[in-house]
This record gives sequence, structure tokens and C-alpha cells, in this order.
Amino acid sequence: MSPATRHHILSVLVENKPGVLARVSGLFARRGFNIFSLAVAPTDDATRSRITIVVDVESAPLEQITKQLDKLINVLQIDELAPSDAVERELMIVTVTVTPESKPAVLSLTDEYSGAVLDEAGDRITVSLGGTPEALDAFTSQMGTAVVAYQRTGRIALPRITS
Amino acid sequence: MKTNGGAALIKALELEGVDVIFGLPGGAILPVYDPIIDSPIRHILVRHEQGAGHMAEGYAHATGRPGVAMVTSGPAATNIITPLADAYMDSVPMVVITGQVGTAGIGTDAFQEVDTVGITRSVTKHNELVTNAADIPRIVREAFHIATTGRPGPVLIDIPKDLVDPTNPNSALDWYWPDSVDLAGYNPRLDGDPALIEDAARLINASQRPVLYAGGGILKARAAESLLALAELLDIPVVTTLMARGAVPDDHPLCLGMPGMHGNYTAVTAMQESDLLIALGSRFDDRVTGKLDAFAEHAKIIHVDIDPAELGKVRRPDVGITGDCRLVIDELINALKQLGAPENQPDRSSWKSTISGWQEKFPLSYVQSEPGDLLKPQFVLEQLRDNTPDDCIVASGVGQHQMWTAQYWKFQHPYTWINSGGLGTMGFAVPAAIGAKVGRPDRMVWAVDGDGCFQMTAQELVTAAAERIPVKIAILNNAYLGMVRQWQEMFYEERYSEVYLSPDLPDYKMWAEAMGCVGMRVESPEDVLPAIQRANEVDDRPVVIDFRTDASEKVFPMVPAGKSNSDIVVGPEGLR
Repeated sequence: MSPATRHHILSVLVENKPGVLARVSGLFARRGFNIFSLAVAPTDDATRSRITIVVDVESAPLEQITKQLDKLINVLQIDELAPSDAVERELMIVTVTVTPESKPAVLSLTDEYSGAVLDEAGDRITVSLGGTPEALDAFTSQMGTAVVAYQRTGRIALPRITS
Repeated sequence: MKTNGGAALIKALELEGVDVIFGLPGGAILPVYDPIIDSPIRHILVRHEQGAGHMAEGYAHATGRPGVAMVTSGPAATNIITPLADAYMDSVPMVVITGQVGTAGIGTDAFQEVDTVGITRSVTKHNELVTNAADIPRIVREAFHIATTGRPGPVLIDIPKDLVDPTNPNSALDWYWPDSVDLAGYNPRLDGDPALIEDAARLINASQRPVLYAGGGILKARAAESLLALAELLDIPVVTTLMARGAVPDDHPLCLGMPGMHGNYTAVTAMQESDLLIALGSRFDDRVTGKLDAFAEHAKIIHVDIDPAELGKVRRPDVGITGDCRLVIDELINALKQLGAPENQPDRSSWKSTISGWQEKFPLSYVQSEPGDLLKPQFVLEQLRDNTPDDCIVASGVGQHQMWTAQYWKFQHPYTWINSGGLGTMGFAVPAAIGAKVGRPDRMVWAVDGDGCFQMTAQELVTAAAERIPVKIAILNNAYLGMVRQWQEMFYEERYSEVYLSPDLPDYKMWAEAMGCVGMRVESPEDVLPAIQRANEVDDRPVVIDFRTDASEKVFPMVPAGKSNSDIVVGPEGLR
């Protein structure tokens, strides 16, 4: 499943309480919908958290699940963000193998993506980079088989500011 | 005022107006049972926690007030999950309190520990694990608010033992009672959007073949009077779904009765042939629609529901209105009148005569048994119907007996029919009838049960006998899991697999007597009425009548599963 095909981004503002994430994710699970990515953290108001959910699903079932989410007492607000109307970012840390010959190119590419070296030893180097999910895809793709492991946070998103 | 969590819980329940709790104590909830002794709240000691839950549901159905059940942790909590799921499916206001192991023990696999809020999350409107004794008054206040407003439903409060045990410092709190409930994420919309209501009125004005499709939400919204006013204003027929039986009196000329898989021909076909379904507090359940693609294909849809998630869930409405059914119907009546109703309504006389033609041609029917043969269940129901007061409350279990009761009873008042519609919980009847009788002691309460159902929850008749709750149980004993048998006969080439129960094992009369009830057995038609009359005179204990009925009798009409409602089978001869 590629998130680019028909992914939907739900930005769900919830009460920051135990069990709320389970309530939200349970609604997807009981309908057999796979959550593509999930990011959750408190907002500027510490009593609230924002959950950003990326899910691959047709529009009709998504409308139903959005309505069901809205029924949860702990859910305060739900916005579906059309990718074109949202700014999205994701963070990734990635470990790659390097040789003395390839290392300059890896560092240069990391630099090009505004990344930073977090750790290095022997023939391995771990860098972090933030960007659009597509940029992170492009980076790992260019690294090819050099990638040993990576971890992505799942995307976070906010609506675009419109004038 | 210094108090403790257990005393605060009971006081909060008193302030919520709770007059009865159905429950059964155990380790984790023990401290709460001490202050109950000094409370004016009546506690009814059940014999199984499932009984407590269904009694609370029966009480809520009959009174409109939230039912309350209280049980301990672990197995007690798991035993009450079925009633929670039942109440969730049928939108029954209920508050269930479960004990939980002490906060320090949570997550340690302590004795009688289960993750109650985790297990019940998908079968409750809301649930809450209390983590601080000081939260108890607020959480109780919120629980009753959530259970009874918007789309009603069950709310569970799980309370660790240390928070209610006065000997534990964790239970200490300063008493308070919240003036109001503040839930930022919960604001049910009650009044309908005026623009949509006008759209709905215009659709009605243009309709030649409208049908009012009344669901259980009509009763939850106390909207029966408004519904009747709307139907009479427009002279439009009404179908009352399984959950809405009694919302319009069955003897009213506009009432077509029950639609659905075992609905009558006219109700089913009127919906099929309609050009406008006005769905009010109904949810296009699969048992009503039959094969969805073939359901009321030419009908436009107006759908009114307090739960916006119902609008478009199954069938996309042409006009979907979120709101309380009573308010929206009243607003709709105003809008219709402003547009000129009733004088502006089109001539629908041909639709009305089509409908009355169906009613004449396809009434409910059965063939009375020959002398010496087993009773026909429909005959028993007719006798019971005709020899009980108009406002008698009838509860049922799930299966053939439920369908026959829904078909053959003539409901004259709302809140006289109590059954398990959405979940289809066998064993619902006995405890639900007990709960209803507790809530409405002024009413006669009969349960119509099947022999299979009765065996699932009969022990609650011990509760009823001990508490002097004089419910009456009519078992339609056909010695089978009858509905399953019917499907095996019709769709599995009469290969009867695991459906035979025996008419005599158990001996229902002796069993009833052992539980402190009056027990009777009736085998021939002439004994039906005397037995009912004798039962009606008993008011100090429950009565159980074992009616020996014909196992070969099937529920008709029937729309076979997966078929279109247009393929309705009217009777055993398979005629349309």
C-alpha cells in the first residue's frame, strides 16, 4: 500500500488521558482498517493531545469512521486534511553503511536534505532528517542497499494557513 | 464534608434519582455494599450478573429512566458484558458499576482482575476507570448524563477497591456535587437544521407513496405522540420496527405493523414500493432491509436520527437530519403546515387503496391445531393478548416466540414491548421482565419466552420470588431451538443439527415450583385461557406456564436471509 494513492490524513484533537489512543485505534481495528502511520503528542494545551492518523481507505468508510470517532466522548475535534491543503512533516533516523569512498556522498546527500549526523562508528553512520514524507522516501531510495535500518515517526500535519 | 469513595458513590447515585440497583456483591465491590444498607435505594440481589444487566435494561425500557447495575470485578464484569452489548445495540440508557482490584494491584493479574474498561470499550457508549476517589461524584454525574442524553446507551464505571474502602486513605475525599456536566467532546445536537427540515417537507409534499419508517429512536425520544400527529396530519401510513412496536397503536388505521424479515406482507411491501421513506429513529438494520441493493429501490429517503453516524451508514439519505426525533418531528409538522398541509398534500388515495388491498389479501394467518395435537404458538399468543390489560408490558427472548409476539400482539401503548433487537440475546426475557415490573409495579408484566431462552436465565425467577416481584412467564415450549430448527428445515434440507431440547427435560413446572413460583403446564387449547386467568390472579410471586407448542410451526411471513424483500414468503405454501 502506498500512502500516495488514496491516503487520508485525520488530525484528531483528543483529551490527554489514559486509554484515549486505544479508543481511537480500536475504531479502525474493528473495521479492519490498517493505520498506515500514527503520531501522537500533547498540544500547546497539555490537557489535550493531537493524533495524526494516516489511513488508506475509501472515502465512504472513512466518513463513517470519522463520525464514529466523533462519538467518542474524549474526542474533541476531527479534521480531515486533504494532502493539498496541509503541511506535512515526518522525522526519520536512518543507519547506513559507508565506505571511505561513499562517505562523502552520503554526507553531502544528508546535507542536501538538511539532515544531521547523530552517530557514527566503523563503517556505519546514523543520520536524522525531517521533511515531507516524499522527501524521506526519496532519501532512502537514493541510499539504496546501504540502508541498514531506519525508523520513521509517522507524519504530523496541520492545515495550511490560507489568506 | 469529609467522606470516602464508597459513601460518595452511593450518595451520588441517590442524587441522580436512582431508586433501585440490580446487583450482586463480591470482593472488589464489597466496601460499596456496606453503605447500601443505610441508603433508601432498593437493592435487588440477582443470581447471576447477566441478570442484573438485563433487569437494568428492562427497567430502563419500561420507565425511560436509566437502569443501574452493580457487580464486582473479574468474572462478574465479564458476565455483564452481554447486557452492555445488548444495551449498546438497542440504545438503552444504563449505568453499570463494576468493582476493580485495588489500584496497586491493577495489571498484576490479581485475583478476579480483568481489564474491564478494555474489554467493554466497544460495547459501551463510554466507560471510565476511576483513578482518584475525588473523581467519583463527577464521574457518576457524567455517566448518567452520557447514558441518558443524545443517543442513549450504557456507561460503565470501574472503581478500584481501595478508592471505596473507608479504611484505606486512598478513599478519602471532600464531598462535592457538580452543578453541571462539562464535557467538551460531547454536545449532541437536538434541534434539526431548519433548511433541511424544509427540504424534507418539500419531499413529502411531492411524494405519491410515502411511508413513515419508525424505529426505536421514536420511543427513546418520547416522540410517539409527535409521530402520531405527523402521520395523522399527512394521512401517511407508519411501519413500526421491532424496536418501535407500540410507538403507534396497532389498531390505528395508519399503523401497518412490523416490517422486516418476519414483518407482515403489507409493511414489508409498502416500504418496497414506496417512493419516500421517512425514517425516524431507525437505522436501516439488515433485518429490516433484506438485500440492501434491492431495498425500496425507488424510494427517496428522509432520515432523522440523533446520531449523525447513522445518516448514510447503510443507505444514503436524500435529506439527512441530525436531531432529537420529537423536536424534529414537531419542527417538521410546523414546516409542513406553513407550506399548506394538510390541504396541499397530493391525492394518495390509490396508494392507500393499494395498501388496504394488501392488508386484505395477506393478513397474518395460521391453521389452528386439531384436537389432541400440540398447541399452536400463535393461538397461545392471541389468548394471552386478548386476556391481559391493554397496558400490559410484554417482554420476550429471542427467536420464534419473539417474532410471533411482535406479530400477534396488539400494542396499544408505547413502552409496553421489551425485547432484544440488535444483539438478539437469548435469555433476555425473564430478567428484562423482572426489571420492567420493578420499574412499573402498577403494570401487569408478562414474559413470552422460548424453552431454549428460558434455560439461559431462569434462575432469576429465584430473585423474583425472593423479592416478591410477580412477573408471569409464558414458555412456548416446542422442545427445540425453534428458529434454528426453522432455518435447518427451510435451508438445510431438514437436517436437524443440535436443536432438539426435549419438552420434559427439565420439567418446567417442577422447576418453577422449586424456584418459588407457581408452575403450570398446558397441553390443550381449552386449558390455555383458564391457565392465563389463574396466572393473572397471582400477585405475590412469579408464575410460569409451560405451553406445549407445535415444533413444526414456523414464523411467516419470511424474507429468506440475503434475499430481496420483494421475495417475501407469506406462508408455508410458499405463495407470494
